[in-house]
Amino acid sequence: MKRRRIADRGVRVLFSVNAVLAAAVLLGILIFLLAYGIRAFIPAGAVDPEDPSTQPLTLGGFLFGASWNPDAYGQPEYGIVPLLLGSLITTVLALLIAIPMGIAGAVFIAERLRGGVRVAVKMAVELFAGFPSVVIGFFGLLVLGPALARVFNVPSGLNVLNASVLLALMSLPTIISVSDDALRVVPHSYREAAYALGASPWTTAIRVILPAARSGILAAVMLGFGRAVGETMAVLMVAGNAPIIPRSLFDPVRTITTTIAIELGESAFNSIHFFALFALGFILFLIALFTNLIAEALIRREKRSFTL
Amino acid sequence: MEKGRIEIQQLNLWFGTNHVLRDISLSIPARSVTAIMGPSGCGKSTLLRCINRMNDLISDTRITGRILIDGRDIFSPETDVIELRKRVGMVFQKPNPFPKSIFENIAFGIRIHRLAHGRELKERVERALRQANLWEEVKDRLHDNAFSLSGGQQQRLCLARCLAVEPEIILLDEPASALDPHSTARLEELIIQLKNEYTIVIVTHNMQQAARVSDYCAFVMLGELVEFNRTEKVFTNPNDRRTEDFLGGKFG
Repeated sequence: MKRRRIADRGVRVLFSVNAVLAAAVLLGILIFLLAYGIRAFIPAGAVDPEDPSTQPLTLGGFLFGASWNPDAYGQPEYGIVPLLLGSLITTVLALLIAIPMGIAGAVFIAERLRGGVRVAVKMAVELFAGFPSVVIGFFGLLVLGPALARVFNVPSGLNVLNASVLLALMSLPTIISVSDDALRVVPHSYREAAYALGASPWTTAIRVILPAARSGILAAVMLGFGRAVGETMAVLMVAGNAPIIPRSLFDPVRTITTTIAIELGESAFNSIHFFALFALGFILFLIALFTNLIAEALIRREKRSFTL
Repeated sequence: MEKGRIEIQQLNLWFGTNHVLRDISLSIPARSVTAIMGPSGCGKSTLLRCINRMNDLISDTRITGRILIDGRDIFSPETDVIELRKRVGMVFQKPNPFPKSIFENIAFGIRIHRLAHGRELKERVERALRQANLWEEVKDRLHDNAFSLSGGQQQRLCLARCLAVEPEIILLDEPASALDPHSTARLEELIIQLKNEYTIVIVTHNMQQAARVSDYCAFVMLGELVEFNRTEKVFTNPNDRRTEDFLGGKFG
């Protein structure tokens, strides 16, 4: 009796310590990002009026500036608009490709495949989800890039389109796998009801099963979004990386993540540039936070209207 | 031949090596209620699900024999299962409305078979709900989720959903087993109302229910048809000793 109580308490302590630890580490990263990022905006140490690179940034200039050029001789610029747009454009385009394909693939796997084939296909998809992004970047650099350049007759295949296609490829497995799980838990009684009314398997999948799995599929899309917006290496290799606002699919583009990866190593420690990159990281965090909150709210609304 | 008549001839069914239905022959008359009763696990639901070929969904099923509806064999390769299931509606043991609004639940079948749209669709939905005695209860909340209805209402909604595609035959698979006595009584009333227009086959292990609603009664045991006759006959003067024992409550 006593031993059981001790064991019980031990397990409880173990679990709570781990939970608190996990939360603390994440919170620590956030505080660290904020503490470093904010120093780009407050004058620290010696501000040399002659040297523009020591001037603190203004929040307005940072958020709304249309040019990112920290290395400019004379007047460095830290406007995140091109980077923010770069991240959003590539991610949105990637999702435009990956969402329809991913959902269609998931419906196929969940509704039409059975037994061993299903297991094999699902495993292959999940294996692809863990594919190193640098390898996918390699594919974009050596195969997709030249192909795009030839097909569309543009000077370089390292552009918005290439980055978006790679991001789509990388978020596809997540979207397929999570959507498939969501489709699988739709009660069998819905299928029976539809079949008994004379619905074909495809009609059933599209008009009954898919709507019933909506919230799970939304979660899949959000995970896909997270994968795309946070991806760095593959994009770095194929996006062309010019920090400009792209005007077509064939312009190079620079995302927030790649900017941090490219510039962190070459910025002077504790310089304005250095801190500005942390501020960029914080913006990335905000994007992830807001998309999650929106998804969360949508799912909750869905649940409210569809349970007893 | 009268429309809606079901002829079952020497029907055998196996799930894998399990011989579930044994040589069943049965002629179900049109525009009447036929009850299939028997102890649990005797194959009565499986027999019912042969009539709209719902057993197709189960892999490793083998069927011999024939089921003729209006003289046509439903297992023949020419039979369009979709068309068959449109003519043979089904209500399940547990109410299973779609996670959609009340209106959309009824409109679903009408839409997929392209029977009507616009105003006519609305009229058909109303007609189906009236037929199922549900209209008065839901007419002001057609766009509420179907799950907001009570169990009995959900089951009548499922019946209305099935009526909306205008079947000739309605299969009821223990439709009242998840309902309280009051809802059950309402559903039984409804079944009796509907029998003038439809051929109704109801599976039940509740013999009082079979006695109350049915004109004909089949007693199935261990996959075999023991007895089939007019309900009064089966209940007052059964031919087979096993039927008598079942009705007498010796097993169930």
